[in-house]
Amino acid sequence: MVFAALVLVIVNFARDPTALPALALAPSALWITFAFGAVVALNRAFAVEREHGALDGLLLAPVPREALYLGKLLANLAFVGIVEAVALPLFVVFFDVPLGHALGGLLAVTALATTGFVAVGTIFSAMAVRTRFAELLLPVLLLPFMVPPLIAAAGLTARLLEGRPWSELHGMLRLLILYDIVFVTLSTLLFPAVMDE
Amino acid sequence: MQPYDGPLLAATDLARSFGPHRVLRGVSLTVAAGETLLVAGPNGAGKTTLLRILAGLMRPAAGEVRVRGRRLAHGDPDARRPIGLVSHQSLLYDDLTLAENLAFAARLYGIARPAEAARRALAAAGLADRAGATPRQLSRGLLQRAAIARALLHEPGVLLLDEPFTGLDARASAAFRDLLRARAGEGRALVIVTHQLAEAWELASRVAVLAGGRFALERPRAGELAAFLPRYAEACAG
Repeated sequence: MVFAALVLVIVNFARDPTALPALALAPSALWITFAFGAVVALNRAFAVEREHGALDGLLLAPVPREALYLGKLLANLAFVGIVEAVALPLFVVFFDVPLGHALGGLLAVTALATTGFVAVGTIFSAMAVRTRFAELLLPVLLLPFMVPPLIAAAGLTARLLEGRPWSELHGMLRLLILYDIVFVTLSTLLFPAVMDE
Repeated sequence: MQPYDGPLLAATDLARSFGPHRVLRGVSLTVAAGETLLVAGPNGAGKTTLLRILAGLMRPAAGEVRVRGRRLAHGDPDARRPIGLVSHQSLLYDDLTLAENLAFAARLYGIARPAEAARRALAAAGLADRAGATPRQLSRGLLQRAAIARALLHEPGVLLLDEPFTGLDARASAAFRDLLRARAGEGRALVIVTHQLAEAWELASRVAVLAGGRFALERPRAGELAAFLPRYAEACAG
């Protein structure tokens, strides 16, 4: 959360308001904040299971490994969601963005994009946690997979803030929905194999 | 749990490599109800790898493990239910108290009244007064007792123990041996992997020596440990 606030402060104060209107920079700033906030959060996703082999304790239990993945995904979504819930009001304050008409749409886009990259991040975090360089490995693995939902989400945010019509949004919304379906399904199916040593 | 007549634990032709290093080269074993198999061997012989494969935590490159006749596989999580594991680590969460850790584990196993089950398990391990402590506040010996409490929480039919006497003082070791003897007496199957042969010798009904990726020796335990040691050294030397 501190990290998210820091990014917003830096981007806002680095901007020359006479050269660049807030609305032009706002979508990028918002999604940079969300993306890096999520990476920091996901880096800790399996850290609590690393100490004392608690992950083995989970894997020993008579629980489908797919259920363990989905449980971890929900927990990560909640955690990243809290970071976003704190960052969004700061974003409104710093960038003086009139959010009223776009709030519903922005929340939907945030939920869709976050679900996509947190789904991928959760499985990569599970892979990285058993390596010595987990905190370096996760961003390297995850960031390329974050590009499609981030491009779509930033594009949608810009259009929503500008009050563009629905016809300009649904293509990228479809991309986000498809990304979520594909990666939540793939990650759930692959998790048992990833957990096998 | 339904009665079962066959061996509680059966492994067939287990093989596993780490890169070019072949750790297990066709290990087979069966452990019947009431039996205790003691697996000994030199460092790096693959004892921990064998135990992790038996627990379903590691996939063998070849071979299979059956617990109460059910093959350990992803698609059958219930096949893991009869397994209890005491490993090198306690399997506990550092941020939860012992009571919370065991209650959480009890929920994973679908045990009714998990908080009560956790209290009972901690009391049986002599840790009732430490229920509010977190793992990081415990000494090595107390942490090992907590790990044992967690492993026994769901009354497993198959107990896999990796160096279970590490960190225990003489009194705790003796109490733990009594507990394991009682568990075997109740018809559970035990596999103990240890370097501390003296601690586990009297518990064993069979002894196996893992060397060179295979059981170099497997036989019923008979006689004193001192008489076995030359055979053990010979088996380790290959």
